[in-house]
This record gives sequence, C-alpha cells and structure tokens, in this order.
Amino acid sequence: SQNRVKLFPLAHVDTTHFYVQVMLHKCNLMILTCISFQACHSEKHLGQYYTLPSAHIRTLFPSGLPWRYQQQVKTFNEACIMVRQPSLEVISYLKKTDYSKPALRYLFYGQKGTGKTISLCHTVHFCYTQGWLVLHIPDAHQWVKNCKELLPSSYNASRFDQPLQATTWLRNFRLTNERFLSKIKTKHRYMWTKREFTEEGSLLGELVDQGISRVKSSSDVVGAVMKELRLQSGQPGSDFRLAVAVDGVNGLWGRSTIKKEDKSVDPEELTLIYNLRKLMRNDWTGGAIIATLSQTGSLYTPKSAYLPQELLGERGFDSMDPFIPVSVPNYSEKEFESCYLYYMDRHWLQHPQSRTEEGKKELVFLSNRNPSMLDRICGFL
Amino acid sequence: MAASCVRTVGSFLGKCTKCSSSINTVATQVLLSRQVCVSSALCRKNLAAAGPEKFTLEYIQKQVEEYEIGKRHLANMMGEDSENFTQEDIDKSIAYLFPSSLFEKRARPLMKHPDEIFPKQRAVQWGADGRPFHFLFYTGKQSYYSLMHDLYGKILKIEKHQDRLRAKGLFSQDAQLISLGPSRWLTKEELELLLVETISTHDYDRFIKLMERMLAMPYSSTEEEFVQRYRRQLEAQSMKQMMPPLEKDENGVAFSTAEGRRKTSDSSVILRDCGSGHITINGQDYLQYFPVLQDREQLMFPLQFMGVLGRFNLECTVSGGGRSSQAGALRLAISRALLSFLSEGDGEAMRQAGLLTPDPRVRERKKPGQEGARRKFTWKKR
Repeated sequence: SQNRVKLFPLAHVDTTHFYVQVMLHKCNLMILTCISFQACHSEKHLGQYYTLPSAHIRTLFPSGLPWRYQQQVKTFNEACIMVRQPSLEVISYLKKTDYSKPALRYLFYGQKGTGKTISLCHTVHFCYTQGWLVLHIPDAHQWVKNCKELLPSSYNASRFDQPLQATTWLRNFRLTNERFLSKIKTKHRYMWTKREFTEEGSLLGELVDQGISRVKSSSDVVGAVMKELRLQSGQPGSDFRLAVAVDGVNGLWGRSTIKKEDKSVDPEELTLIYNLRKLMRNDWTGGAIIATLSQTGSLYTPKSAYLPQELLGERGFDSMDPFIPVSVPNYSEKEFESCYLYYMDRHWLQHPQSRTEEGKKELVFLSNRNPSMLDRICGFL
Repeated sequence: MAASCVRTVGSFLGKCTKCSSSINTVATQVLLSRQVCVSSALCRKNLAAAGPEKFTLEYIQKQVEEYEIGKRHLANMMGEDSENFTQEDIDKSIAYLFPSSLFEKRARPLMKHPDEIFPKQRAVQWGADGRPFHFLFYTGKQSYYSLMHDLYGKILKIEKHQDRLRAKGLFSQDAQLISLGPSRWLTKEELELLLVETISTHDYDRFIKLMERMLAMPYSSTEEEFVQRYRRQLEAQSMKQMMPPLEKDENGVAFSTAEGRRKTSDSSVILRDCGSGHITINGQDYLQYFPVLQDREQLMFPLQFMGVLGRFNLECTVSGGGRSSQAGALRLAISRALLSFLSEGDGEAMRQAGLLTPDPRVRERKKPGQEGARRKFTWKKR
C-alpha cells in the first residue's frame, strides 16, 4: 500500500497548563462561530469559520500564508479559516500526544488546491496559541530554486550557503518567537570566524541577531538554531514545545535547479537543506513535525502526482517513514455551503445569478468543490 | 509549320513521277493548277465549334458489349460468381486491383455501364429522305415543345372531365387534388438531362408555371402518374433526432451512451441517472483533465441548459485533437446522451440552442504558393 505507517500509541497527555489567549471571534450568521478559542477546535464546529486575530497574522505568518489568501485577508480585512477535518484531526492528536516520546510526523497530502497549506497554517496557529515555539518554513521549494547568491559554506567546504534565504528566515523566526529568544540559552559554543564566536550559555536572541547581522554566516546560524532547539526540546529543563512546520517538504528530497558553474547542485549540498533534513528526523522529543506535500512548487515532478510516495521519492519516503498521512480532500457539501455563505456574507459574490440555486449548482460543477478553484471563480463574479 | 507553305499543284505533280496511275487520276480531276495559300492556323481543327464529342450508336453498343465481357472477366478474376456480379462488386474489385490514393474520387479508375459514362445523345432526327420524324422538329426544341403540348392536352382533358361532372351535377370544388408527398420539381439541369436538349430559364419557368396551374385544378389526380415523372422525392427529413436508447444496468440505474466528434477528437459518454454529479474523463477527475475554466463550461452547458446539473454521473472517454476540440466533442456527446432522458420539447429546445449540431469546421489545408491556408507570403515590391 502507499502509506507504510507505524502508528505510535497515542497516550493521553496530562494537563499541562500553558497560557491561553482567549480570543473573541466574530459572530456572524449561523455559520460563523462566536466561541472561545479552546472550544473552537472541536468536532462540533466542522465547517464553520473562525477568525485569526490580525496581531497573530503579523507575527506568525510574515510569509507563511498562500498568496491568494493574503489578498483575500487584505480585501476582507479579516483572516477567516474554515475548520476542516484534516487540521482538526492533527490538532486532536497534538492535544493527546505524550511528549516524552519521539516527535511524531504529520503529513498533509492531497490534490492541488484542496487546502493543505491552510490546514498547516491552522495547525501552526493552534500550536502558537498553545504557547509552543514555532519553526515555520513557509516553502521548502524556495530554498532549492531561484537562488541569487550561492556561497561555499564556511563550515564545510563541500556544501553551499544561501545567505539571502537564511537571513530572511531568521528575521521571520525572530518575529514569530520573540518571547522565547530571551529565555532559551545555547548549550554549545559556536565559532563563526577566527574572531567571532558565540559562547556557551548565550541567549538564542543573540545567536539570531548574529546571523542577521553577519550575512555570510547566516546559513550556519540557521543550522545552529535548529540544532539547539532540537537538543533542548523535550529536555526536563526546557519549558517549551517545538513545532516544526514545513510546507512543500518534498522539496527537501527532490532535485534543485540551482547551478554552480554549470553544474547543478544537489539539495544535499545546501547547508539549509542539510540542516533541515536533520531536523526532520524523529530523534528528538517534546514536539511535533507537521509538513505538507506540494506539487505546485516542486521541480521535475509530474503534474498528476499527489501521493506521498510519488512526491517524496524513495529517499524522502524512507527518511520520513514512519509518518501519519492526513489526506486533505475537496470540500464536502456542508463545507461548500459554508464557504458559499461566507462569500455571500462578505458580499464577494456580486453577480445576481450566483445568488440563486442554479448559480450555486453551476459553481459546484465548475469548481468540483475544490477550494482554490472556487476561490478563483468567485473572484470574478 | 509556322511559315505559310505555298504549295503548287504542278510542283506536287512533278515530284511524284513514280506513281503514274495516281498522277493520272489526279491530273484528270484537277483541271486548274492554282497556288493555294493555306496558313497553319486554318489547318488546326476548331475544337470548340465541334461541340461535345458525338458517338455513334454502333460505337455505344460495342462499348456495352465490351463492358459485359469485361464484367465476366473481372468476376472470374476475383473468383466470384459471374452471373450475379453487381455494380457494387465491380466497384470493390476495381478499388482492390487499382488502388489509388488520389483525393478526387472522380479521378480514380472506374468501370461503369456505358450509359452512365457516355452522355445521352439524340439519335438522328430525320429519315433517309431528310424528312424529320417529329412534327415539332423545326421549332428547334422539339422535346420541350412536345412536353408543353402534352401538358396542355392533359389540362384540356381535365377541364373536359370537369365539364362532364358538372353536367352530371357531381362537381365539387375541393375534390381529388394530387397529393405529392415530400417531393420537389425537377431542376432545370435534370429537365435538360431528361429531354436531352438545352432549355432556357424562361422556358423552364413557363413549364413549372403550367404544371402548377394543372395541379391547382380540381380532379387533377387523374394525371398523377404523369406529374410524378417530373418530381423528385425529397429524403424523408426526419424531424426526430436519433436518440440513443435508454438502458438499465445491473443496479437498476438507467443510463445511455452517446458519441460525439469535433475536428479530430472522438468522444464517448455514458450518462447514468445516479444523482451525484460525479464526472470522470479517461479515468481522471475532470478538474485535473480540464484545468481551464472554458472547457469545463463547455461540459456544463448542456446540463445547465436543461437544469439537470447535479442529477447525472458522467463517464467519458475522449481521444485526439486538442483541449478545445475535446471539450466540444464531449459537449456534443453529452447533449446526445441527454436526449433519451428528456422530453420531445426539451430535445427541440436543445436542437435550437445548437447543442446537437456537430460543428463542421475542420482545419483548412495549406495551399502551395501560400504560407498557410489563407496567409500569403510576404509581398515584396521588388
């Protein structure tokens, strides 16, 4: 079968108390809920929309949301996500896992445009509100293509650095996990050049600042940050949980279009990819890895591929194995209704035909209940 | 032979000294020796003035005999029964023995009865004494005028019949008009073929007017047989569309199958009355197969027009052509399959909407001397 999965027994977690921000949500019509945050993630609210506070959007997702969704947020002046089965499933698992066991890997997969990235963002937001440390890579494919600057790595001569991508990521990381930067201390000593080094026991914030200011060594800083977090999470002394969220994880084991002197570079030779692969291994505890497959940004994969085995390839599948695959399908009838009512509520559907029953049937037919297709069609109605 | 040759009869005689007997006969006949200037232009035959090639009756009969013999030979060659060798068999055998890839069908080798090949000609119109057989010969268009004469005779006969009935008191105005059925008058070309002579448009119009006048008279059904000779049956224009039969598969679900074509694409659709609106094309989801909205709109058109959007399941196969033509072929197939589920009025509405008309547009061929079908090469002034 496609998914060779070994399921770990999901034990109930004892109630650890994290601070929870109780969010007030907009209460519109029957479909949007006006409930507190914790209750929001339960099976009763399948198909209903809940609003992400804009402050969270700015910190959590400086570049994590899909482009079209960002446009929609700007237009509607609010960010609403539909509560759907796949993300709810992963959130329920996250609530129940025993964090003393190795990190579980969750993989969202599905056809193009069914909402994998949004599910990932939903899960990440849940982790954020639970007070976890979020390590979010918005798109792993961006690291294997269109690289403007490629430097030979200072740490390991056979590898290559990508300073621009690394600095961008570090900035986003700093923005997202502001509160942890002054709490976590490094356990190792890092030497960047002959004269610059970071002592043991210095704050994570300093490490990150070092990476942002010294662009040449930023990729190595990224590697250091990942290593530190990996080592420290799950330890008895640490008080945080680590959530690693990677979008387009199949890019890590695919091919790359970066060329160095007319020779194409293997992703393994890139520092960022190498370190990220190490992070994806489930040899650390106290957190979870949530990932998405994506064919759209991937290189040299056929358009019809969407299953994990096809997109991850042999190596990727072996590295990711065992993982929990979560399929993200098209909208069900109830979800479609909800989305349609949401657009109507926002006055997004202006065409008079679209308000009728026949118009709704046409939309169903033309989009086949695919979320992104529906969004595109409604865009010009 | 461009230069004019001046032949002198005397010099001609002078050369042929050996054939003395011929010279003598020529000499006795030719009393005067005159210079005869003959230009080569006159020597050439005026082909246009001769008209269509005339074949004699014996020639045509000989051709018929040869045809019959040839038919038997052909039957023997093909190993078929020579007694019952029909024209269809001949055509097939000739196509087998002389395969031709010419596009023009009329240029390919054929073997048909001489009557179909040689145009009908009139036999000689006058006897040995020079006196013509037909009394209207000197009108120039004897067949046409004799036809008009006969027609008028028939009209007079009908009028006489009417008078007789009126005398008996049995006349009724709207009795026994000819029922012609779906037919049309002979065209001018067909009439010319029938009469084996040319007629002008004016003549043809007069003929049709006279026929119509005769038909309009009551009691004209007595001459029905005469009139039918000059009418052609129209193909029964079936107003009914050919709808595919409605079958039921093992689960009791009604389904129908139809095919459609557009440009070079062929498609076949199985429409099931399930109620879920699920669509598969070549085993793939239609959203993956047709990522473009326009193609999906084409698929949607017949169902949306009839208002049955969520009712049917479609199982389609399509091959050939490009994206747009595949969508068009599928649309046609869906409309045809839908006919069996709908009423007559709905079918008529679909036909008027143009859903059931196969699109005849095909790619135009590229012509030599031009860059494409219509585009010419860049015109350069020098």
